[in-house]
Amino acid sequence: MNTSVAHTEHYDPEGSKIGMWLFLFTEMFLFGGLFLVYAVFRNKYSADFHHGALELNAFIGAINTVVLLTSSMTVAMSITAVQKKNKRLAINLLIITILLALVFMVNKYFEWSHKFEYKLYPGSPVVMNLPQGEILFYGLYYMMTGLHALHVLIGMVLLTVNIFKVKSGKVNHERHSLIENSGLYWHLVDLIWIFLFPLLYLVT
Amino acid sequence: MNTNATSQENYLKYRGRFKGLIGWLTSTDHKRIGLMYMYAIMVFFIIAAILGLLMRIEKIAPGQTIMDAQTYNGVFTIHGIIMIFIIVIPGLAAVFGNFFLPIMIGAKDVAFPKLNLFSWYIYITGAVMGVLSQFIGGGAPDTGWTFYVPYSAESSTNVIFALLAAFILGFSSILTGLNFIVTIHRMRAPGMTWFKMPLFPWSLYATAWIQVLATPIIGITLLMVIAERTLNIGFFDPALGGDPLLFQHLFWIYSHPAVYVMILPAMGVVTEIFPTFSQKPVFGYGAIAISSLAIALVGYFVWGHHMFTSGISYWSRWFFSFLTFIVAIPSAIKVFNWISTMYGGSIDLKPPLLYAISFIFLFMIGGFTGLTLGALATNVQTHDTTFVVAHFHYIIFGGMGFAFFAAIHYWFPKIYGRMYNNRLAYLAWGILFVGFNVLYFPLFVIGIQGMPRRYFDYLPQFQTGHVISTVGAFILFTGLIIMFYNLIYHRRRGEIAPSNPWNGVTLEWLIPSPPPVENFDQTPVITTKPYTFEPAEKAKA
Repeated sequence: MNTSVAHTEHYDPEGSKIGMWLFLFTEMFLFGGLFLVYAVFRNKYSADFHHGALELNAFIGAINTVVLLTSSMTVAMSITAVQKKNKRLAINLLIITILLALVFMVNKYFEWSHKFEYKLYPGSPVVMNLPQGEILFYGLYYMMTGLHALHVLIGMVLLTVNIFKVKSGKVNHERHSLIENSGLYWHLVDLIWIFLFPLLYLVT
Repeated sequence: MNTNATSQENYLKYRGRFKGLIGWLTSTDHKRIGLMYMYAIMVFFIIAAILGLLMRIEKIAPGQTIMDAQTYNGVFTIHGIIMIFIIVIPGLAAVFGNFFLPIMIGAKDVAFPKLNLFSWYIYITGAVMGVLSQFIGGGAPDTGWTFYVPYSAESSTNVIFALLAAFILGFSSILTGLNFIVTIHRMRAPGMTWFKMPLFPWSLYATAWIQVLATPIIGITLLMVIAERTLNIGFFDPALGGDPLLFQHLFWIYSHPAVYVMILPAMGVVTEIFPTFSQKPVFGYGAIAISSLAIALVGYFVWGHHMFTSGISYWSRWFFSFLTFIVAIPSAIKVFNWISTMYGGSIDLKPPLLYAISFIFLFMIGGFTGLTLGALATNVQTHDTTFVVAHFHYIIFGGMGFAFFAAIHYWFPKIYGRMYNNRLAYLAWGILFVGFNVLYFPLFVIGIQGMPRRYFDYLPQFQTGHVISTVGAFILFTGLIIMFYNLIYHRRRGEIAPSNPWNGVTLEWLIPSPPPVENFDQTPVITTKPYTFEPAEKAKA
């Protein structure tokens, strides 16, 4: 080396996007472990999984799928709005996204509490008397949808932070990695649900 | 270009918004974070090493010597958890990776400095929880660091706490890996193409991918065990239809690649040391760089060799055994390259090189005994004996541990701007090397004779081996004390070190010791391959 160039301030949207994608890989592997367990037990107890899936309410599941897909669209629109300098619209779209997420969680709440009424929760006497495959099915159902719901909550917090950052102008048409990466995260939450829904509700 | 004249203050003296301890705890400087990892690791290492010594004292005679069986179970579990999850897995990458990766690729810092500091806090939280699990709740966890079900789902001890600690530590590991990958992709100095990058960053790159892609699996597995204990979800419980073997698969899908998280940076460190102390370009640069990636890749698919006696199918055993032999090849390529680097060089036998050479020696013993374990027939004989214990201590302590000592002796003058006492360093090395072999070699022998691992008691015929081993533990400990004294004392009081005491040529040797806050006055531009030693090149011409 015989020459050198001057330092510049470090802002690297490309770098943060790579970082976010790597993080999303880890999330996929995290759920991947559960999908693997699902595959093993589905293969071993396919009849029990069939009975378990019949118990789930495919209608609520379908509504939730539509809700999440729509929210993925609104968050993508909000990113475009930021890029086109339309701050007001971006914030409104973010609020709609969070509201849709809330609808998803409320649905989930009713779905779970309905199951709890029938004492269909892990470790309950009713579940413990079911065939082994169904015990595992409910275990997977609660663990997978529970972990997914946790991600929905984290996503909601992330989107809320974005509302304030857009409002204060820290996220703007020139610096928008934060909202783009939050959008990526939100799409992942959506994507995982798209696999959970058929595997748990539809495949009977 | 030697940028000795610098306008910046060095990172140890630099005063940001806060001073003193708070200044360190809030610093996003990769060099300070690296040192914070090192101090934390040293404290935990001393705790875990003392636990190890206590185990050796217990084993000096058959029957109960200083602790009862249950305490012994707790001690070997916590020894394992601390050593594996808190010391060896973050170890070299978090300490020297943080400190030297940005400098070696000519960057000011890592890609996400705040995330880097955050990883340290996650690490400390997990580490403290791991140690606390020994003391609170239903007693020290007694499952061994592997947390095998069904026992880990049933044990009345404080297993949940330890599981959570390992989960949290995994998070820190993932974030560090993520940070390094982005740093290497985005922040190399102008002109530093992939194949002009020094080899320690290459090994960190391979390591980081393993950290990112394997750690989530252990995360979800530990969560499943926690769910099993708290919510009665029976994924691994045969009574509820679950399968304990599934746990072993999931556990080793992470924990075998984790072995390469431990050893790859160690290989990277010695790859830096050999050219410097031979004053000769590294032999087979490309082969070393690619073999790191090959190890990372193949290392993913060998996990089943931990389960040969667990009842997996014949063909899967055949497959895993075959791949285990395959993964030995890139490691052997590296050994060949290190030795060829020294061949014909002007060798300067300074303490770092001594440690690096003993790394090769110990790593070879560990590696070959690894093949003994990887072969199906001999595995059945040696499975779960102290042969296994000796094997992985040769790899982890003899490999990663000695590489860590090599690294600290190599970069000490750069980190602190001071020099340790050479004579004490030689002495400590000699005692450590002898103590290490006296401690662990007998375990190979009694292991083959049938001494099981993790047993608190043993038959009288194994006593000779155990006594020799315990004597070795005391010798090793003496060496550790001398080494620590030498390093800690001379950190502030040693002779002032020049900026390039070893005549190295990678970027960290071209900046002052200790490095300035922003590493470089101006971003360097790279035009030559690494390890180009000018006098040697001239002599050739």
